Amino acid sequence: MSKIWLIISREYLTRVKNKTFILSTILTPLLFVGLITAVTFISVKNVDKENVAVIDRANILGGKLDNGKAVTFSFVPGVDSLNYKEKGYSAILYVPTDSSDTYRLVSKKQFGLIAEANVEDRINEAMENKMLKNKYNIDMQSLDSARKSAQKAKLDQAYYEGGEIKKGNSSLAYGIGYGSGFLIYITLFIYGSMVMRGVMEEKTNRIAEVVVSSVKPFQLMIGKIVGIGAVGLTQLLLWIVLIIGLSTAASAFLSPDTIQQAADASQQMPNASAGMASNTAKQFEGLKDTLGSANWLMIAGCFIFYFLFGYLFYASLFAAVGSSVNEDPQDAQALLLPITMPIIIAIVIMINAITNPSGSLATYSSMIPFFSPIVMMARIPFGVPGTVPYWQLLVSMSLLVLGFLGTTWISAKIYRTGILMYGKKATWKEMWKWAFRKY
Amino acid sequence: MHLLELKNLKKYYATQKAVDDISFSLEEGSIFGLLGPNGAGKTTLLRMITGIFYPDEGEIIFNGKKFEPLSDNLFIGYMPEERGLYKKMKIGEQALYLGQLKGLSYKDALEKTKYWFRRMEMETWWGKKVEDLSKGMSQKLQFVITVLHNPKLIILDEPFSGLDPVNANIIKDEIHQLARDGATVIFSTHRMEQVEEICNHIVLVNQGRKILDGTVANVKQQFKENLFSVQATNLPGTMFSEAFEVIKHNGSKLVVKIKNTSNSNEVLKYFIDNDIMIEAYNEILPSLNEIFIKLIEGTKNSRQFQKVA
Repeated sequence: MSKIWLIISREYLTRVKNKTFILSTILTPLLFVGLITAVTFISVKNVDKENVAVIDRANILGGKLDNGKAVTFSFVPGVDSLNYKEKGYSAILYVPTDSSDTYRLVSKKQFGLIAEANVEDRINEAMENKMLKNKYNIDMQSLDSARKSAQKAKLDQAYYEGGEIKKGNSSLAYGIGYGSGFLIYITLFIYGSMVMRGVMEEKTNRIAEVVVSSVKPFQLMIGKIVGIGAVGLTQLLLWIVLIIGLSTAASAFLSPDTIQQAADASQQMPNASAGMASNTAKQFEGLKDTLGSANWLMIAGCFIFYFLFGYLFYASLFAAVGSSVNEDPQDAQALLLPITMPIIIAIVIMINAITNPSGSLATYSSMIPFFSPIVMMARIPFGVPGTVPYWQLLVSMSLLVLGFLGTTWISAKIYRTGILMYGKKATWKEMWKWAFRKY
Repeated sequence: MHLLELKNLKKYYATQKAVDDISFSLEEGSIFGLLGPNGAGKTTLLRMITGIFYPDEGEIIFNGKKFEPLSDNLFIGYMPEERGLYKKMKIGEQALYLGQLKGLSYKDALEKTKYWFRRMEMETWWGKKVEDLSKGMSQKLQFVITVLHNPKLIILDEPFSGLDPVNANIIKDEIHQLARDGATVIFSTHRMEQVEEICNHIVLVNQGRKILDGTVANVKQQFKENLFSVQATNLPGTMFSEAFEVIKHNGSKLVVKIKNTSNSNEVLKYFIDNDIMIEAYNEILPSLNEIFIKLIEGTKNSRQFQKVA
C-alpha cells in the first residue's frame, strides 16, 4: 500500500512542480477575469464627456435639458457656431424654430456613438415630458413614480420541493449546469490525456519494466491515475479560489454603475465580444443577488463527486489505450476514438437536455456512467429533489461507481500486457484478448 | 548453495515457443552469462526470473523456496535492455524514488545513492535531468539504480551495449566487485569477449532450448579441436609426423592439429628431434564466439514463427 502512495506522490509532485502547470493554473483565471474587467472598463472609459451649448430661440425646451452620461447641456446666451470652441464647448445644438423636428448638432469633431445616442435620448425625453405636460397635464414627478410602482411586478419562479416552496431561477440553473457540464468535459480530456501520455512515456522509455520489477502493474496504473487526479483537483480548487478572489477584487474596482454603463454602451455598439464581456460582468453582479436561491452545498458536493468519479471512470480507459500504443502517436488517436466518442456525445446530450432537464433524454442519459458525469451535473442545479429525485441521483451515482470499478478492472488487465508488449500494433480486438489472458 | 534454480520452464506464445523446457541453476556468488542469438528467448527467460511474466509450466526456486515475485523482488535488481528511466525527472530524485520502490527507507535510499554516486564519480549529476545525459552516463545511472538496494541477484540485460571501452570496463569491474561481495550476477549479452573476461558460468540458448551449460573452461574443453600453435625460427618447408597435421604455416608461426592417437609431448619430441628451435607453444582453445557460431549455425538465422498447438 505504501508503494502505491510512493507512486502517487511522485506523479503528483513532478507535475505540480512543473513550471507549465504553475503558470497555466495562475494565468488562466487571471486572464479570464482580467479580460472581462479590462473590456468593461475600456468600453466605459472610452466615453468622453461632451459639453454642448444649446441655442433654443423658440424656447421649445424651456431652458431645461437633462444631462446624459456623456453629454452636458448648457443654455447660455451669446454662443454661436463661430465662438463655441473658444468658449469651451465641443458642440452647439440648434433647436428648430419651426415645426420641424430636426435638431442640428454642430461640433468640431464627430461625436461618439454614445454621446450621439445620449443627445438624442435626452432630447426625446424632454420632448416627451413636455408633451405629456402640455397635452395631458402630467408632470415628470408623478410619471416617474407611476413607472416605478409598475416595475414591481416581477416573475417569482417558485416550485414545490418536498413541502417547501423554494425559489427557482432557471437562468441561473442553466448557467451553472452548462458551466459544470463543460468544466467536467474539458477536465476529462485534459487529465485523461495526461494519464495516457504518462503511460506512453513509461512504455517507450522502458521505465515500466524497471518499475514493474518492483511493484505490480496494477499499483503503477492506480498510482498514476490517482496522482494525476490529485493534480486536476488541485488545479480546479486553485482556479475556483482565484476566480472568486479576483472577481471580488474586480467588482470592487468596477462599481455596479460602471457595469451598467458598459452594458448600455454595448447595446449600442455593434461589437459582439464587448457586449458579451459586459453582459458577463452584469451576470457577476446579478449572481451576488441570487446566490441565496441556489442550493450550493448540494451542487458543490455533487460536482466534486461527478468530477472525481467521472475522471476515475475514464482515466483507466485512457491508461489502457496508452499502454497499447508503441512509438507512433497516431495509433493513440485511432485507439482513443471509442473513448472520446461517449464524452462528446455526452456534451451534445447535455446541451439538449439542459433545456428540458426533466425530460426522458436527460433522465436516462444521466444514469448511464458514460454520460452521467456531464449530463447529471447539468440537471442538478435545477433542483434536487425537484427536477432530480433522490432515487435518480442515487442510482446514477451507484452506477458510476460500479462503472469505474469495471473499467479499472478491465483496463488493469490490458495495461498489464500492453506496457510490456513492444512491436505489435494493437487494435481493440487485440486489447480485448489481453484483458482475458492468463498470466 | 544454489541461489536460483529453474526447472523445466516453459512459456509459449501463440506464435512461438519462446521458452521450451529450460532448466539450469545459479550458484551464489557466480557471474553467469546467458547467451543466445536474437529471438532465442533470453528476454522472456529473464522476465520470468524477475516475476514480470509467469511461466506456463515449470518452477522457479529462489533461495531454496518457491519464487514469490512480490516479496522476492526486493532481493532482485533488474536492468532492462534499453534505458528504463523517466526522461524529465531529476537524477537524484529518480534514484531515490526507484530505491524506495524496492523497499528502502528514504534515509537508506539517500545514503546508498550518495555512496554510489560518489563511487561512480556521478556526484555533479544529482540535479540534472536524464535527458541531459549521454548514453554512457545514463547506462551508469541505470546500473547504480539496479544495485542500489544491495540485491542478492542482479539481472542485467545487455549491460554493455553502446558503451565505449572505458565505461564498459568500469561496469565490468563493478560486476566483479559485486560478485566478490556475495551477489550473484546474471547477464545476457552477445559480446562474447566480455563473457570470456567476466563470466565463470555460461548457458547458451537457441530457439527456446538450452544447448550449452557449463563453466567457461569446461565449455572450451568440450569444444577444443586439439589445435596448437607453435612458434619456431627455423621451421622447414614441409613437416611430416604421425603425431600431428599441419593446419597453417606462416613464416615462423605454425598451427598444428594433434591427432587423437598422440599428445603434446610427441609433437614436441618431433620438433626437438629435428633441431627446430621452439620459441612458443600454446593450445588454441576455441573462442566462445567460434563455439557460438558453430552451434547456432545450421539453425535458421532468425527465429521463425510457428503455430503452437
